[in-house]
Amino acid sequence: MHTHTIRLELVDQPGELLRALEPIAENGGNLLSIFHERGNITPRGHIPVEVDVSAPPSRFDEIIAGLRDAGINVVQVGGERYSESITVILSGHLVDTGLSDTLQRIRDESNSSITELSLAAPEGTRDISSARLRLGTATGEVENTMRVIREIAAEKDLNLIEPLELGGDG
Amino acid sequence: MRLAIVGMGAIGASTARLADSFGHTVTAVADEDSAATDEAGIDVGSVLERKEVEGILGEQSVDAAIGAEYDCLVEVSAAALGDAEPAFSHVATALGRDRNVVLGAKEPVAQRYGALKELEAESDGQLRYEATIDGLLPVLSTIGDVGADRITGVRGVFNGFANFILSRMTTEELGYEHVLAEAQDLGVADVDPTFDVEGTDSALTCSILANELWWPDREFTTEDVAIDGITEVEGSAIELAKEDGMTVRLIGEVQSDKLRVAPRTIPTGSSLAISGSRTVVELDVRHAGRLSVSSSATSSEEIAAAMLTDVNRLGD
Repeated sequence: MHTHTIRLELVDQPGELLRALEPIAENGGNLLSIFHERGNITPRGHIPVEVDVSAPPSRFDEIIAGLRDAGINVVQVGGERYSESITVILSGHLVDTGLSDTLQRIRDESNSSITELSLAAPEGTRDISSARLRLGTATGEVENTMRVIREIAAEKDLNLIEPLELGGDG
Repeated sequence: MRLAIVGMGAIGASTARLADSFGHTVTAVADEDSAATDEAGIDVGSVLERKEVEGILGEQSVDAAIGAEYDCLVEVSAAALGDAEPAFSHVATALGRDRNVVLGAKEPVAQRYGALKELEAESDGQLRYEATIDGLLPVLSTIGDVGADRITGVRGVFNGFANFILSRMTTEELGYEHVLAEAQDLGVADVDPTFDVEGTDSALTCSILANELWWPDREFTTEDVAIDGITEVEGSAIELAKEDGMTVRLIGEVQSDKLRVAPRTIPTGSSLAISGSRTVVELDVRHAGRLSVSSSATSSEEIAAAMLTDVNRLGD
């Protein structure tokens, strides 16, 4: 399974979003997320929508063809994005060192997206706590993403536990 | 065979006691500052007792033991991490006298591999150090059998004590300090466990394996190993790993582009996820997948048996 990001521009009328999603499901795509920018109308008066879809490589072209056949305006088809998953564990003064800043920087400095966060703070969040982060990252970006996480962890004096096997289906 | 055993810690003493049952005679024993020699064979029980009572093995010096009559030097004395001394010089002297050498100390092999191999090449004596890698595990023999050029990498849990700590933290849901203190109370831990828990011992193993695979094209020492121990592993981190079907182990990795020791998450069901004070070594063999050897040989008697097995391999 590969993950792709598809940018669509929808006509601003009821039912249009649902109509855009049907060809994805009908062609074996698994809808991961929809980013619906209602407030951000394009110059042509359309509503930009970004969908992340995972699909077997062989079916992806059919999804795009299906969207176009349905008259949906496909403006951009991202190559596969975030198709590999990395899970790391960070321990230390996560809250004092700014957890949201940590997460933001991982996102900003690497081509990845954080898909899951679990926190364990047995002594309360002011003390040493641990977080398990699951990230989706692009193919070929796993090493780079790990490098970014290592740098941020070292800078904030957080103990990083890396998986032995990197990557895998996201 | 006549043996000189240098280093009378728990492993050296066990080796001396077991030598007879392996068909060998101990003609010299030495520790840091005393030694006893007897061409006809030492009464192991009484010299060990003398060490217990008087603090010395005998009236002689270590050099006298190394220069004594024997066929094989069994070297298990504590060695400095950097230059592997004094163990390295003991080995050099014995090989220079065309005697065989069996090493239990890792440092000479890990830190001065090339020099050791050259000494062996110039000597009529043979050098064996299988026991430096996880006791009885026939890892080095396996590498020899398969052919080092067919092995693309090695990884494993190389330190039984660190594994004991991590597995106990996992099953008992206790913190690192608590489990360590408990292990020291039980006498499972060395008085100074830093060597194990900070990853140094595993790094020595990484260096030995890397040299075994890639010397003489490249030579390695622990300076080439990125080392991270288990002292900072939080109980909460292990909990989070568990929730995700994973566990944390101190893993040594030997790949041509990186040598590394670090706590890593691995799937609970994987062959590296062994529990207790056990070790496991996995070889990546080209065209043949992964070969895994696991052992629980971490007591001093088991390591002594591993060295005596090495003695018996001499001449093969």
